[in-house]
Amino acid sequence: MALIELKGIARTFQLGDTTVNALADLNLVIDPGEYLAIMGPSGSGKSTLLNLLGLLDRPNAGSYLLEGRDVTTMQPDELAKVRSTRIGFVFQSFHLVPRLTAAENIALPMTLAGIPAAERVKRVAQALLDFGLENRADHRPDQLSGGQRQRVAIARATIMQPALILADEPTGNLDRHTGEEVVRLLEELNERGVTLVVVTHDQALGARARRQLMMEDGRLQSDSTHLPPLQGEGRGGDGLIAPISNPSPSPPPP
Amino acid sequence: MLWADSLQLAVRAITAQRQRSFLTLLGIAVGIAAVILLTSIGEGIHRFVLAEFTQFGTNVISALPGKTKTGGTPSGLPSSARPLTLEDASALERLPYVVAVTPNVRGNAEVEGNGRTRRTLIYGVNANLPKIFRSTVQSGQFLPPDDLGSARAFVVLGSKLKNELFGSENPLGQRLRIGGLHFRVIGVMAPKGQFLGIDLDDTAFVPAARAQELFNREGVDEINIAAEEGVSSAIVAAGIKARLSARHGREDFTIITQEEMLKTLSNILNVLTMAVGALGGISLLVGGVGIVTIMTIAVTERTGEIGLLVALGAPRRTILALFLGEAVALSALGGFFGLLLGFGLAQMIHLFVPALPVHTPLSFVLLAELVAIVIGLAAGVLPARRAAQLDPVEALRTE
Repeated sequence: MALIELKGIARTFQLGDTTVNALADLNLVIDPGEYLAIMGPSGSGKSTLLNLLGLLDRPNAGSYLLEGRDVTTMQPDELAKVRSTRIGFVFQSFHLVPRLTAAENIALPMTLAGIPAAERVKRVAQALLDFGLENRADHRPDQLSGGQRQRVAIARATIMQPALILADEPTGNLDRHTGEEVVRLLEELNERGVTLVVVTHDQALGARARRQLMMEDGRLQSDSTHLPPLQGEGRGGDGLIAPISNPSPSPPPP
Repeated sequence: MLWADSLQLAVRAITAQRQRSFLTLLGIAVGIAAVILLTSIGEGIHRFVLAEFTQFGTNVISALPGKTKTGGTPSGLPSSARPLTLEDASALERLPYVVAVTPNVRGNAEVEGNGRTRRTLIYGVNANLPKIFRSTVQSGQFLPPDDLGSARAFVVLGSKLKNELFGSENPLGQRLRIGGLHFRVIGVMAPKGQFLGIDLDDTAFVPAARAQELFNREGVDEINIAAEEGVSSAIVAAGIKARLSARHGREDFTIITQEEMLKTLSNILNVLTMAVGALGGISLLVGGVGIVTIMTIAVTERTGEIGLLVALGAPRRTILALFLGEAVALSALGGFFGLLLGFGLAQMIHLFVPALPVHTPLSFVLLAELVAIVIGLAAGVLPARRAAQLDPVEALRTE
């Protein structure tokens, strides 16, 4: 069963008198364990798509099946529950709560989900070890480096053991070297079976994913699957670009 | 989300902005302190006044000549109403539940004795007065239970009057002139102090019949009756009313029970306490506005954080609860400081101005804290609702 199945998704925004089609007639299937990059120029709809995938936004039309369940008809509280247990978010600007320590930030999803303190402490301790933050547990975000902050954010995104991690420009605020580290962390998670969706307009970062979606004006421009050039050995197939089924011309700009 | 965790998050948010939070809760603290202080003074005065009135016993009933339909008290001047008489007084003695009865004839007269003169208040009463008004004799004895009409010319002095006339000499057996009449001193009352500014010890007690003679009075100013303890004043008053009506043929007198008077007085004083409490409440309202302001700012400042909470799977009610909890924690904390402040100030006033009675009942303290919490809830609703209704996509975009 596919993890995500989008059918005929449309999302429009009202800007004054004009209607902007942020997403139009989008069809997409993502299987469990995939590593997917969504790329495209700004305004191409990739952030809107990410928000839709993360259940932060609702489409105006179409259906979205997450693990076989139609999430477009769910009540807000049900959506919150799904977000809490199945989806982890990683943001460009980390979005750590400034007054909480690293450990408390990592524990926040569990706190919100009402998991007892003893269990939280156990899982946070393990996460701190996993992400090399054991000496930073009691530091507040402003006492951490950018790379450490993003590691805290990733630890937080994984603490509820979600099936899907959505990363929005995860390296956008980091230098090349730290960005590399953070991406490697995310890829390790993916290798352990978590589905990873990265939104970026960094070509190099996007090229590392096994599957790339190019977006333009709210439509899928191309959907290509290939193996990353550096890590390709031992896997079948090579840098193969598959044309998408219905390449539609871009609509005139509004 | 667990209760303790919500509370902890709220407290963390408050302590993260120490100065701002302190100033905000100071507004509530000042309001609560004002309410506590003012109601403490009000309640203290309430108790003080009631204690003044109950020092003579709580079961005294008075019958006054003339029918009054309002709660006014007589001026003590002779009126044209048909008087109550000494015989009326003795007729009441045999009523059920009546412990003691004394007629009461009041007047001002010059007292001459031991070569000195003093103008003082003269009470014409009978032997039962100490029993009714809980006064005690210091030396000698009180008026003997003589026949009403032919009571002997004895006088019992109040302690102040005795000191003024006789100093430290023994007045017992001495002769006095009151008005134009001669009296023999047979006793001195124990000091009673002041009652609402009137010196209760600057008095002389003579038999009622002698006082009538002295002041050329036909009737008496009032009849004081002591009822049995534990018997409702209303029942005794009804008996008195029936007896006097039968004797007079109509109801041309007024009965005042102390119980009723105290109740009226207590009500008036309660209104006073509430009124000053409401004045303090105005500053509490201002404190509440401060909380609304600061919470509105907090929601704006933490928009990104609210978006994050939504993304991490917090339902709307959790976000609502977090911000409401923050407002309530602020006001409850402010209320607590206000309680300490108000109570401390009240005690300090009590220390420096002992004459001003101060009393802080526990019920006021609890009520004030409850009010603070309710204000926090009310003040938090608007900002918290705004937080809960934010669009997460928009919220995450703000930095």
